[in-house]
Amino acid sequence: MAAALFFYLFSAIAVASAVMVISARNPVHSVLFLILCFFNAAGLFVLLGAEFLAMILVVVYVGAVAVLFLFVVMMLDVDFVELRQGMLNYLPIGGAIGLIVLVELALAVGGWIISPGSLGSRVAPLPEGVTNTEALGRVLYTDFLFYFQAAGLVLLVAMVGAIVLTLRHKEGVKRQNISVQVARTPATAVEVVKVKPGQGI
Amino acid sequence: MEIGLSQYLTVAAILFTIGIFGIFLNRKNVIVILMSVELILLSVNINLVAFSTFLGDLAGQVFALLVLTVAAGEAAIGLAILVTYFRNRGTIAVEDINLMKG
Repeated sequence: MAAALFFYLFSAIAVASAVMVISARNPVHSVLFLILCFFNAAGLFVLLGAEFLAMILVVVYVGAVAVLFLFVVMMLDVDFVELRQGMLNYLPIGGAIGLIVLVELALAVGGWIISPGSLGSRVAPLPEGVTNTEALGRVLYTDFLFYFQAAGLVLLVAMVGAIVLTLRHKEGVKRQNISVQVARTPATAVEVVKVKPGQGI
Repeated sequence: MEIGLSQYLTVAAILFTIGIFGIFLNRKNVIVILMSVELILLSVNINLVAFSTFLGDLAGQVFALLVLTVAAGEAAIGLAILVTYFRNRGTIAVEDINLMKG
């Protein structure tokens, strides 16, 4: 009973905050509602017994992605009011497409059953008497090792790409160039000058 | 009332639809479009975790982890492109993004 209560609480807040994300006037409020939505989705994950993913959702999404959004929204000096011009023009077509998608999803959700044979073809059945984190760790580093490595590769490429895109060197700032320093030889660095007495250079 | 798979799928479907609706509603604002994409990916994650729990298969949670990774990378790259674009053009309105004449 408590689980049902919390399910409806979390899902109602998640849906309401998702609506606020797309309709809030101020993008900063949008990001904050996105954070609320992620927190409630994490609550749903806990109800589903996926504690590790719930914590990852809070740490990665709320702690990193949403804060990144917040930084960018606050850093860019954009006239958001102007960007909202003509928003109502898109309302009918957007509403129609959203309704169509929802009806299709409802048809798909309402019209299926789990075939009895499908339970036999599970890839990694949930082990008994183990916490969610331990069970996930057992399969993540063994059965799904290559997927795990691929995820790491995706993150590496994303990191390098983000740095390459946004890094810029200011002109006119003196920088240390180590290879040039190391490549110096006495021939290029020292000049021997014979100074005649009394005349100077 | 028992909470089953269908309830979770319904919530995920509603979130997915809100995400798609958000893309149409905020046609000019790239930041909100990116947030809508995040909502869509979140609803997919809810689907994956719900199926994983009710079928007793951990593969769904592993896949949700991968989706999370890709979503984080996508947000980072998208925002980096956005910052670079804003530096060069001084605007982020979607209809002005036509440098490549695509």
